Amino acid sequence: MEKSFIIAGFGGQGVMVAGQLLSYTACETTDKYVTYFPSYGAEMRGGTANCYVVISDDPVGAPKVNKADYVVCLNDPSMAKFKDAVAPGGTIFVNSSVVTIEETRPDVHVVKVDAGSIAIELGNPKCLNLVIVGAIIGYTEVLPAENVLQTAFKKLGAKRPELNPINEAAFRRGWEIGHAAKEANA
Amino acid sequence: MMEKVYSRPAGIFEGAVTGFCPGCMHSSVCKIVCEALDELGQLDNACYVQGVGCCGLAVTYFDMDTIAAPHGRACAIASSFKRCSPETLVFTYQGDGDLAAIGLAETMSAANRGENFTVIFVNNGIYGMTGGQMAPTTLLGAKTTTTPDGRNEKEHGAPMHMCELLNQLDAPAYIARVTAADVPNARKAKAAVKKAFQYQLEGKGFSFVEFVSNCPTNWGMSPLESLDHVHNVVLKEFPLGEFRAK
Amino acid sequence: MAEKIFMKGCEAVAETAIRAGCRFFAGYPITPQNDVPEYFARRMPQVNGVFIQGESEVASSNMAYGAAAAGVRSMTSSSSCGISLKSEAISWMAGARLPVVIANFQRGGPGIGTIQPAQQDYMQATHASGNGGFRMLVLSPSNLQEAVDMTWEAFELADKYSRPVLLLMDGFTGTMMEPVELPEPLSEEQVAAIRATKTWAARGKHGAPEQHKVMCGPGLDTRISQMGMNIEDDKLYKTWQTAEIDYEDYLTEDAEVIITAYGISGRIAKSAVKILREEGIKAGLIRPRKVYPFPDVAYEKLPLEKLRGIVSAEMSIPAQFATDVERVVHGRTKIVTALSSGGEVLDRATILDAARGLMK
Repeated sequence: MEKSFIIAGFGGQGVMVAGQLLSYTACETTDKYVTYFPSYGAEMRGGTANCYVVISDDPVGAPKVNKADYVVCLNDPSMAKFKDAVAPGGTIFVNSSVVTIEETRPDVHVVKVDAGSIAIELGNPKCLNLVIVGAIIGYTEVLPAENVLQTAFKKLGAKRPELNPINEAAFRRGWEIGHAAKEANA
Repeated sequence: MMEKVYSRPAGIFEGAVTGFCPGCMHSSVCKIVCEALDELGQLDNACYVQGVGCCGLAVTYFDMDTIAAPHGRACAIASSFKRCSPETLVFTYQGDGDLAAIGLAETMSAANRGENFTVIFVNNGIYGMTGGQMAPTTLLGAKTTTTPDGRNEKEHGAPMHMCELLNQLDAPAYIARVTAADVPNARKAKAAVKKAFQYQLEGKGFSFVEFVSNCPTNWGMSPLESLDHVHNVVLKEFPLGEFRAK
Repeated sequence: MAEKIFMKGCEAVAETAIRAGCRFFAGYPITPQNDVPEYFARRMPQVNGVFIQGESEVASSNMAYGAAAAGVRSMTSSSSCGISLKSEAISWMAGARLPVVIANFQRGGPGIGTIQPAQQDYMQATHASGNGGFRMLVLSPSNLQEAVDMTWEAFELADKYSRPVLLLMDGFTGTMMEPVELPEPLSEEQVAAIRATKTWAARGKHGAPEQHKVMCGPGLDTRISQMGMNIEDDKLYKTWQTAEIDYEDYLTEDAEVIITAYGISGRIAKSAVKILREEGIKAGLIRPRKVYPFPDVAYEKLPLEKLRGIVSAEMSIPAQFATDVERVVHGRTKIVTALSSGGEVLDRATILDAARGLMK
């Protein structure tokens, strides 16, 4: 089993952290192989950011793929750039709080997550990426949810332990949405 | 038995045959450097980084540890070497093409970092070994093989003054311009070189001694004429003195 | 067993270098290897090492030369166009026989190129990283564990042969993260002992009858003969042709199709072999871990005449690695290429299609 992810959004939406949470969890709490590749560009601020994560039972081939099993788009520019990068039968996770572009391919699942609004509702817009990570895990079950949460506490809570409760709430809200979408597809 | 009042300085190979042209001041500079090291008891602890050009001929002359540097890079190499061997006395031995043209970035940057080594800069205003091309320090009007009608400011720029340039930086500890064109000046030059080495031994940082030198061969002069030229012309462009002594 | 750490390639290389006793690094900012100098800047003071940000690639590689002349395990890194600037000092390291480890995190080219990953410097790395016809051992990892292991090996080889050694990385292996196990660091005593073995290093005579001269060949030191020196080097390079051959041979025994690739492309090729096997195509892999010396023997021992062909894959257009494969194979089987450049990842589908094409 090899699962590839592209996670894309504005710089500042926590795209890289979302990818790293998946990657660290795979590395530190499972026997899976994992690669994380952050895109890099000439612009320092204000551009789009994206990263590639591959989690597999076998050694990973390319750390960056042209077609991913799962594409996560947190804003419209990312949607425009990456909606065609999802493999047939794959899934796009959309931050429906701000994304307006529709995916119309019949061979692609779409999971809409109102992540921006949920994060604001929970009291910290920055936990948007935890909502998305929760949705990814709830839907894909690529990693044990509790392990991802523990990684979040370890990596994000080290400096800001006061954010642990809100991060956990965000993750669980996202997980419910992802899990429900999976049940609906089944 | 007669008293021996003068001999080959320790630090110059016994039986060394100089590759320098007759009348070239490099021989005197080498001698002054070795005498200064000897008097400071540092001959056995010295390591020099050798530039490219006529200064490279010193390799058959200096009886001390040597690192050969690519053209212009002596100050980069001396920087890392000294930081890895802080107990060793390190100096570079460079000409004007090496130090002020191809190695300008390395020279200025090492000085700006205040690297704790000494530069011995031999400025004869010309590329000697390659046959007399224009150097950054060539005087205006001087005919060289690449300025056949003489250096002119509009096309080639004016001579570069390295002591003055370095003196714009905060970090250098010691900057002096000397010559060995006559005996009193040669004595002052040795004092300056000793002071520069002393600064290094005290960990004060970058020290720089420029020798206004000659090139009888490529200037097309006899050795004595070239010394007169230094006194009457070159020193007017490159005034002697201590620019900085922190 | 050591702990698995999830690390970025640049940092894994830098940390391993420090553990291998590297106590000098000079570098200059250039994407995609900026994490290397930044890591050394943080780490070197903790181990009493020296980090200098050079004023240029030219200066920083010469600084690495100067530190090696002092007997210290020394390193510099850059990317593609920056390596071209370092080629002056690399040639001098070869001439002066100084052990230095150089890492090239390849990006696009020619010229400034794209900052995205590529394998566009193969010829430069293996055939001419500077003037004068010298050669270097060139190690090219496919994954970050290999990058760690090869960084350690590079320092060992550099000292063993007293020559510069090149780590041929790329933008992917530099910026991606992957789990690695790091080697135990050398103790300060071990680091000092290694330096002490370099009796040729410059440090002041201190009563020695001879000077310690770090001289680059006969240009300025007439005691050295140019031809004598070149002949010595040639002899050494010939010993590498047997002693330093290093490649991965995977499922080639019954193979009808061989995929061959190195570095980042090597791991993509290997994953393609598995997929082809699942499809019933008997595919195998030859993956040089050292690209200099090139492992001719890996291809020589294949039943070349019986193969359906070889797919040579790399992130370079025009193909460069493939020319070495062609040289060895010499027309005995068909060679097709699977290529990408300009920062585009080498798509596994391109390799798969090329292999399937050979089976038709």
